[in-house]
Amino acid sequence: MVWVNAMIQGLLVGGLYALFACGLSLMFGVMKVVNLAHGDLAVVAGYIAIGIIFVTHVPVLWSFLIVVPVMAALGYALQRTLIQTALDRSVLTTLIVTFGLSVVVENGLLQFFSANTRGIGVGLSLVTASLNIGSQIQIAYLLVVIFAAAVVVLLGLQYFLSRSKYGRLIRAVADDREAAQLAGADYRHVFGIAAALAFGTVALGGVAYGMYSQLAPTTGTDTILLYAFAAVVIGGLGSLWGTLLGGVVLGVAQQIGAQINLSYEGLAGYLVFLAVLVIRPEGLTSRRAQS
Amino acid sequence: MTAPDGDRPGEGTPLLEVRDLVVHHGQLKALDVISFRVFPGEVYAIIGANGAGKSTLLRTIAGLHHPTSGSMLFEGNDITRLRPERRATAGIVMVPEGRRLFASLSVEENLQVGATYARPGPWTLDRVYELFDWMKGRRNQPAAQLSGGEQQTVALGRALVANPRVLLLDELSLGLAPVVVQRIYGMLPQVLETGLTVLLVEQDVSQAMRVASHIHCLLEGRTTLEGRPADVTAEQVEAAYFGLNGAASTTQPSEGSEA
Repeated sequence: MVWVNAMIQGLLVGGLYALFACGLSLMFGVMKVVNLAHGDLAVVAGYIAIGIIFVTHVPVLWSFLIVVPVMAALGYALQRTLIQTALDRSVLTTLIVTFGLSVVVENGLLQFFSANTRGIGVGLSLVTASLNIGSQIQIAYLLVVIFAAAVVVLLGLQYFLSRSKYGRLIRAVADDREAAQLAGADYRHVFGIAAALAFGTVALGGVAYGMYSQLAPTTGTDTILLYAFAAVVIGGLGSLWGTLLGGVVLGVAQQIGAQINLSYEGLAGYLVFLAVLVIRPEGLTSRRAQS
Repeated sequence: MTAPDGDRPGEGTPLLEVRDLVVHHGQLKALDVISFRVFPGEVYAIIGANGAGKSTLLRTIAGLHHPTSGSMLFEGNDITRLRPERRATAGIVMVPEGRRLFASLSVEENLQVGATYARPGPWTLDRVYELFDWMKGRRNQPAAQLSGGEQQTVALGRALVANPRVLLLDELSLGLAPVVVQRIYGMLPQVLETGLTVLLVEQDVSQAMRVASHIHCLLEGRTTLEGRPADVTAEQVEAAYFGLNGAASTTQPSEGSEA
């Protein structure tokens, strides 16, 4: 029964990892930008949520309604300025620029908020309350809420990308930027919208992580970015639902590892990540057969 | 701007005018002082061998290359510094070489992208479906699954739904079977009926001579021949195309009375 419990916990935490990963995957898929500051932005979102809750006393669970639009706007602005400027030089330059951004954000957070960890207190009821099945399976309501949020986000993203005018333009620009220009589309604006989506989703991930665990200035790079990368690679680059599958596989591996020995939690996740890289480097969901 | 044109008197203001255009690819001079005018309703064909600079010329007009010097005017306005997407919305729409469909989008989505920033005009998705009758039934198919000829017609449709004033066609015939090329060019009269002007680049000279109202031959980035298909002889075209008998230095055919 403890194994079933571990798998359920892993499955649910996979939703959180999908929130970390889908924006990273989207930005790479559309503009070939690997945003190394992706995780730090999630932490920034978490800190903004803490600040907003402290100042305005909005209900904690709903703080994302303010944080997500703010981060989406920041994503659009950063894409149109810093990232686009780097992109105009070369895709490689964006790696250096987003790495720099990551360093700046992380040290800025350290400077102003110290290295202490902070959580977003959602209240004991949601954190501790759980659905108990027998004595060994405990499903925390908070994790269920986060998993459900991830599924809703992915469904929403998929609907937006496949049905809306801008979703169509995002896919068109990802396919052929120049041809999209010839159709009258300003790809910079379209990139900005894609970045806004990416930042919005990772902001939600950051807030959710702050509720589920603790945030520190370094959480962005040592946890969120790494898990996002692992989920994207396991699931398959450019695949939206692949990030959920990748997140779930990563989460289950970690929980099973932890069940064997608590210190194996991280290791087990990365072993699966490595195994996928070796056996199926295109990811689990990639339709493209290897040539 | 109503100065009568030497070649085509009485056709009014040019829709598109290229003045002394020089374009470099790195060190290489791809276009060397090219000038011409395209009048409303014309089919203006740029012909020339591989590497003559035809596609470069079209891409520069579409805004995808930056000229070293010279200028371009559209409806009397300078567009030399305009971004490609702004030129498209102004009414200069190109069907790029190699079709360049959005491969992961369906046929209909490709057309929808073309219509997103469309000018008002006669072309709609339905009208395109009317023109190419096979298309509607397969509109949900991914564009990547189509044959080359089908892709070319979708690329043409994608450009048409933007309701361009001038349609730039870059090597429509490239990589297509002659029968397919015939069929696509056969659609041109129906396209022109809606008041479009066409500027096309074509390697297939006989095809260009059939459809064009005016031809302009390039050789190594320079103009070697310009005139109405009826006014130039096959020998002149051949010489201008291949640069035989020192014809590269001839810029204009001797133009006497109307043929």
